[in-house]
Amino acid sequence: MLLLIEQGLNGVQLGLLLFLVAAGLTLVFGIMDVVNLAHGSFYMMGAYFAATATAWTGSFLAGIGIALVATLLLGIAVEIIALRRLYGRDHLDHVLGTFGLILFFNELVRLLWGPAGLSLPLPSWLNGSVEILAGIYYPTYRLAIISMSLAVVALLYILVMHTRVGMLIRAGASNREMIGALGVNIKLLYTLVFGLGVALAGLAGLMQAPILTVQIGMGENVLIIAFVVIVIGGIGSIRGAFVAALFVGLVDTAGRAFLPDLLRLVLSAKAASTAAPALSSILIYLLMACVLVLRPEGLFPAARR
Amino acid sequence: MKQLANARLVAVVLVGAALALQPLIALATGNGFLLVISTRIVIMAIAAVSLNLILGYGGMVSFGHAAYLGIGGYAVGILAQSGIYSGFVQWPVAILASAAFALVIGILSLRTRGVYFIMITLAFAQMIYYVATGLDDYGGDDGLTIYRRSQFGGLIDLSNKAVFYYLCLALLAATVFVIWRLVNSRFGLLIQGARSNDRRMQALGFPTYRYRVVAFVIAGTICGLAGALLANHTDFISPAAMHWMRSGDLIVMVILGGIRSLFGPVFGAIALLVLEEVLSEITEYWQIILGPLFLLVVLYARRGIDGMLGGEPHG
Repeated sequence: MLLLIEQGLNGVQLGLLLFLVAAGLTLVFGIMDVVNLAHGSFYMMGAYFAATATAWTGSFLAGIGIALVATLLLGIAVEIIALRRLYGRDHLDHVLGTFGLILFFNELVRLLWGPAGLSLPLPSWLNGSVEILAGIYYPTYRLAIISMSLAVVALLYILVMHTRVGMLIRAGASNREMIGALGVNIKLLYTLVFGLGVALAGLAGLMQAPILTVQIGMGENVLIIAFVVIVIGGIGSIRGAFVAALFVGLVDTAGRAFLPDLLRLVLSAKAASTAAPALSSILIYLLMACVLVLRPEGLFPAARR
Repeated sequence: MKQLANARLVAVVLVGAALALQPLIALATGNGFLLVISTRIVIMAIAAVSLNLILGYGGMVSFGHAAYLGIGGYAVGILAQSGIYSGFVQWPVAILASAAFALVIGILSLRTRGVYFIMITLAFAQMIYYVATGLDDYGGDDGLTIYRRSQFGGLIDLSNKAVFYYLCLALLAATVFVIWRLVNSRFGLLIQGARSNDRRMQALGFPTYRYRVVAFVIAGTICGLAGALLANHTDFISPAAMHWMRSGDLIVMVILGGIRSLFGPVFGAIALLVLEEVLSEITEYWQIILGPLFLLVVLYARRGIDGMLGGEPHG
């Protein structure tokens, strides 16, 4: 029971982080029709910026604030320099161009920060645990991630559903040409959407930084899982991404936590300990393959244009 | 235009001659590394040519093609570890295993389109990658050293580097020939028709799904053979051979060389691997140059090297 609550919370926390990454991907795809493989690089840059800025300022909060702004600016710069030229191109062109961006950012990080990973220490007020139920303790920082992510989800919901910019974003997602024809500054809207997506990825990266090592390639693992999320949810759908992110987060965490014991019931101990890590890594891909075979456009397909 | 078409012919002849002379050049200059990198180029060219069949002609953007390199390689590696060294067993197993995987992946993936297809092929490749990392009996993460190359009973000695190189080159020539015949056959026209307008092809009564699956299996099978060659070449196979970045490399080779052109992927494989060697000589941080270069190719040279030589994309 104790383990179940703890793993459940871990799953929710992973799911919310995945949503932050996936939201940007799905927005950029839904509105600009661009497959952005470099999205994971911004996740990585967010974490590196946070580790460096925290070391400079000596304050965790100032560090993540600076990192967030820096990631946002970086995203806008990349959109203006590179991404903008890829709009309206074939998806294959996006794959190749943004694949190039991944190589660039990975190497840039190696050049600036060196090949060894960084760590982002937590301030003492976050580095403890809280008694959430009688006798059940849970790390404060993970709770902070959950609350922060939920707050961002709520803000994103208000932004997209109840503001003028959100209205334009939704309009852009359902018909790009039409809102351009209606006189909306579509270039600016694209830059804003891209910046927003990048900032969300950066936020996810910097929140994850104290838990994992900040290292080159950290973005790619998340990127692929985020792609699994948006494909399951239906590409272009934010609601779908949210449901799928929580689903994937819970399945992945549950697989890693409980699969070894489950396998031990049917297999020998040795076979189980060999098979379990591989099988739990595969679980989410298996889930995605099943969803796509049954629903080739994901669970919540975005409205057809 | 005629002049440019000739430029392309000259390029093909020159590249062909250069590839054919590699072992002699290596012998003359005493540079053994030259033959190692040339062999790698030829093997990757086979994989890239096979990818071009589905990616270029068929319009199926598979982001998991490196998986077959791994499957072919592991077939050789696992059999060698079990004491079966005969190439007459290893290679057919490598080919059949890749074909079987490609068939299952193709049947499931080709139900989807566009970005979903890109992502589902990536997901399947990731699954196979993680299975390989879980093969603790066969090296797991660290990979598997192959102590003896495939044996062909005295017929051909793969441990002789020049012989192995010429075998790879002959297989590349055979692959290009097969793809050429396929693309210009009824089957090839059909999958190209399905690329440009699948609905119309279906309305004309062609079961395009079946043809696309067959094309997907052919490409996977050829790439599996390249995997068997790669494992023999490096005497080693590890999950890294099918990391998703390797699938990205194969896509880069096809586009860099010229999508939907017969020799384009060969040019692309040569260009990418030579570029990697040259850039890494210049600076340790060579990918900082290579990455933006891909972006420039996408933006300003979409038809790749073959396009610069005046080739028109086929179909």
